[in-house]
Amino acid sequence: MTTPVDLLSLFLHFLTLSLLAIGGAITTVPEMHRFLVDKTGWLSDTMFTSSIALAQAAPGPNILFVAVLGYNVAGLPGAAASMAGIMLPSTVLTVTATRWARNNRESLAVRAFSAGMTPLTLGLIIATGWLLALPFLKAEAHRWSTLALIAVTVGLTLKTRLGLVWMVLGGGVLGALGLV
Amino acid sequence: MLNRPQSLTQLFLAFTRLALQGFGGVLAVAQRELVERLGWMSKEEFVETLAIAQVLPGPNVVNLSMMIGDRFFGLRGAITALAGMLLAPAVTVLLLAAAYGQLARHPMAVNALRGMGAVSAGLILATGIKLLPALKKSPLGRPLALGLALLAFVLIALLRWPLIAVLALLGGVGMLVAWWKLKP
Repeated sequence: MTTPVDLLSLFLHFLTLSLLAIGGAITTVPEMHRFLVDKTGWLSDTMFTSSIALAQAAPGPNILFVAVLGYNVAGLPGAAASMAGIMLPSTVLTVTATRWARNNRESLAVRAFSAGMTPLTLGLIIATGWLLALPFLKAEAHRWSTLALIAVTVGLTLKTRLGLVWMVLGGGVLGALGLV
Repeated sequence: MLNRPQSLTQLFLAFTRLALQGFGGVLAVAQRELVERLGWMSKEEFVETLAIAQVLPGPNVVNLSMMIGDRFFGLRGAITALAGMLLAPAVTVLLLAAAYGQLARHPMAVNALRGMGAVSAGLILATGIKLLPALKKSPLGRPLALGLALLAFVLIALLRWPLIAVLALLGGVGMLVAWWKLKP
């Protein structure tokens, strides 16, 4: 059972990680693991990993894996404490920085920053797709069918206006039927 | 030419709808909804906003939603967009977490998750490809912009450099060249 003090330390732990989470909270996963599994023992190793997998599979931003971790430590209060911690500092900073950038939109610094970062952002999106696809391609048994599914998805997204959610559900059905 | 949300309710519902469609990440859906369906921003604006959202701490799509909300309705808009993005998905994921014990024992559920995961990987790849033409207007010039994008892909996807190092190195080069070219 967790005490209010535990909830506070859960909140504070995620609060300190918030500003370190450049590129998404997923980059601070090793640090969360150190705290929740190794240091406090609030979660087992499997519990930790499956919390993240579950949130990745569910709809919505991947940051919600933090809510699932908190939930598995201390139920709904745990989910609220961990989410509040991870979100507060970064949201305040985002709103402040965005306003500053918008008010100085014409300045050379802001224009150079955004023009310089844009190519990187595109490379990063494609890299993310690649890294998400990789585990499927490593598993021998499903390699070709999964590769075909990924290729068809790319083709449909580029060439049609089919709703994305239908493609995801279609993938789920093909998977459940054992076809991929 | 571009549209805008008429009310906070519309903003909230747009982000809820968007978030609930995003299995395995919201980026692909965000591009489809905000640029193609709602027309709230152009392809170029989307990439530029995302570029800033990316270097700020926190999830990039969540940052993106707040930046868009703030642009249309100020702080109220930022909070509304954030709530739209997180509330309904949080309820969904916590319900799933509560049911997880049962779910994980069904091989069918595990297989379905694999199929859905493969599709979400494909969606993100397609989003990146679709946004590449935004580089045509880059002040860096197309060859350099494409080269930096390719190098970012290699460093992150193949060589597995930490993001922060890639941001510092390639972002630094990109910004210096952009500064030099934009300088009056």
